[in-house]
Amino acid sequence: MRQVIIIAGKELRDGMRNRWVLATTALLAALALTLAFLGAAPTGTVKVGALAVTIVSLSSLTIFLVPLIALLLSYDAIVGEVDRGTMALLLAYPVTRWQIILGKFAGHLGIMAFATVAGYGIAGLALQWAGNEDRGAWTAFTIMVASSVLLGGVFIAIGYLVSTLVRDRGTAGGIAVGVWLFFVLLYDMALLGVLVADQGRTVTAGGLNLLLLLNPADAYRLLNLTATPDVGGFAGVAGLGARTGLGPAVLLGALAAWVVVPLAAATALFARRQI
Amino acid sequence: MTDETVVMRGVTRRYGRQDAVCDFDLTLRAGECVGLVGHNGAGKSTLIKMMLGLVRPSAGSVRVLGEDPAVGAAARARRELGYLPENVALHPSMTGAETLAFYARLKRQPVTRNAALLERVGIAPAAHRRVGTYSKGMRQRLGLAQALLGSPRALLLDEPTTGLDPALRQSFYEIIRDLSRDGAMVLLSSHALAELEGHVDRVVVMNQGRKVADGSIAGLRGLAAIRPRIRLRLAHALRAVANESNAWAGWSPVSEGVLELSCEESEVVSVLRGLPISAQDIEIIRPSLDELYAAFQKGAI
Repeated sequence: MRQVIIIAGKELRDGMRNRWVLATTALLAALALTLAFLGAAPTGTVKVGALAVTIVSLSSLTIFLVPLIALLLSYDAIVGEVDRGTMALLLAYPVTRWQIILGKFAGHLGIMAFATVAGYGIAGLALQWAGNEDRGAWTAFTIMVASSVLLGGVFIAIGYLVSTLVRDRGTAGGIAVGVWLFFVLLYDMALLGVLVADQGRTVTAGGLNLLLLLNPADAYRLLNLTATPDVGGFAGVAGLGARTGLGPAVLLGALAAWVVVPLAAATALFARRQI
Repeated sequence: MTDETVVMRGVTRRYGRQDAVCDFDLTLRAGECVGLVGHNGAGKSTLIKMMLGLVRPSAGSVRVLGEDPAVGAAARARRELGYLPENVALHPSMTGAETLAFYARLKRQPVTRNAALLERVGIAPAAHRRVGTYSKGMRQRLGLAQALLGSPRALLLDEPTTGLDPALRQSFYEIIRDLSRDGAMVLLSSHALAELEGHVDRVVVMNQGRKVADGSIAGLRGLAAIRPRIRLRLAHALRAVANESNAWAGWSPVSEGVLELSCEESEVVSVLRGLPISAQDIEIIRPSLDELYAAFQKGAI
């Protein structure tokens, strides 16, 4: 445990040093503030609270941005250190390989968590100060921020898996971009195409549920757009969410599984890798 | 506790079809300073990585400080092990002091002793600068400092002096000598035998993954059986040889006025005694370490 904390601490400090923390926090805060004030403007005097609108637009932003940041943060973690030669030295120390992976994960997740909580939190508080009292939406907002960190964790874990699979940093980077494109853009398009072509003959509701859970980005989307009736009522997809019958517990479980499985696979692969 | 720090028995490591290390036996004892010599690609780094457990042997057994280094439980042995990789890589964004503190914590050593260690390797003034700004020599010294953390019982240094200037090299060897005097086993790898002269008690020569020689440098000289040559200058050398062919039997002219004789080490004194007063510029030429090394590499012995 001690070794895990030492390595996590080093990753956190690295993140501060190379401005990763600052850059991601600033980026998320700037986008969140923009969405909060510009995106909430058209609500006017409609019954929907500004924060609820912000949650819908912010979670759509998160689906694009957070996986990208997480993958950029993590794809280099193993292959880069092996390449530079720092891994050989680290492994000569009394540290096991799973401690290295877990320590790095804790450190990178810490960076993601700080950037998300601080960046989105600023926007949430700013809305509050601006006089948009909306107490009910705070629960949904908290869920949104927490699940965004979890989504970051999912893609950090996937990034490590990529990083342990390949022998070259460039390849790892390329695969990371491919993973992002697949889960964030292509998967939903393909799913939509299949549904349209299929016309509900072979893909049942249960099958669709499974397909949605197989993409962490979709699990995240469903979780946030249907979490509370307040937000759900505003997000167009609410109908879908209601009919899927996927409760928050199932969706959170899917996201957690998406963290654990790639991380375990990365650890197993790394244990067998020869440096 | 035995004093056998590293024991390798019949170790082989294959990469594809190629044997990087082949049927290698090696025992390294506490207090020994051993040079591991071989040309690039002879398998030195692979051998050291097997001692560290970074690479598992395809066959044979490796024990370091009584444990199998490739098993996770070897954490205790690793705490007493110092390693300096070839072309040491350190995190450029950390300062020297931070780097050492990070590694000290991993080894469960008090960070308070680090300042003295940085002083010892001579980079205390640069301790709070980022490693990225360090010169090659400074990085190498910081690398040595991390290897020295916690007074290790075994030090594995992979080509530690490449890229160091002669003055640095001397201070490097001084530190290593102190350590081995304190009872640590020090293994130094190098691609030049000549460089290790006077710094190691024992030399292990590797060629294509095999051990071709193991012993002290003097012992290796005897083993190589390259005979010493005596060379001298003599006025009218050719005439002297022709007139007194008995006295100059075995001598051959090298160039104008210079004669050379190849003899056994034990005959050197008697040959010198028998020389006439007119002989000048007498030289005894012994094989240089590079010649010795070349002889081993050719597999002549």
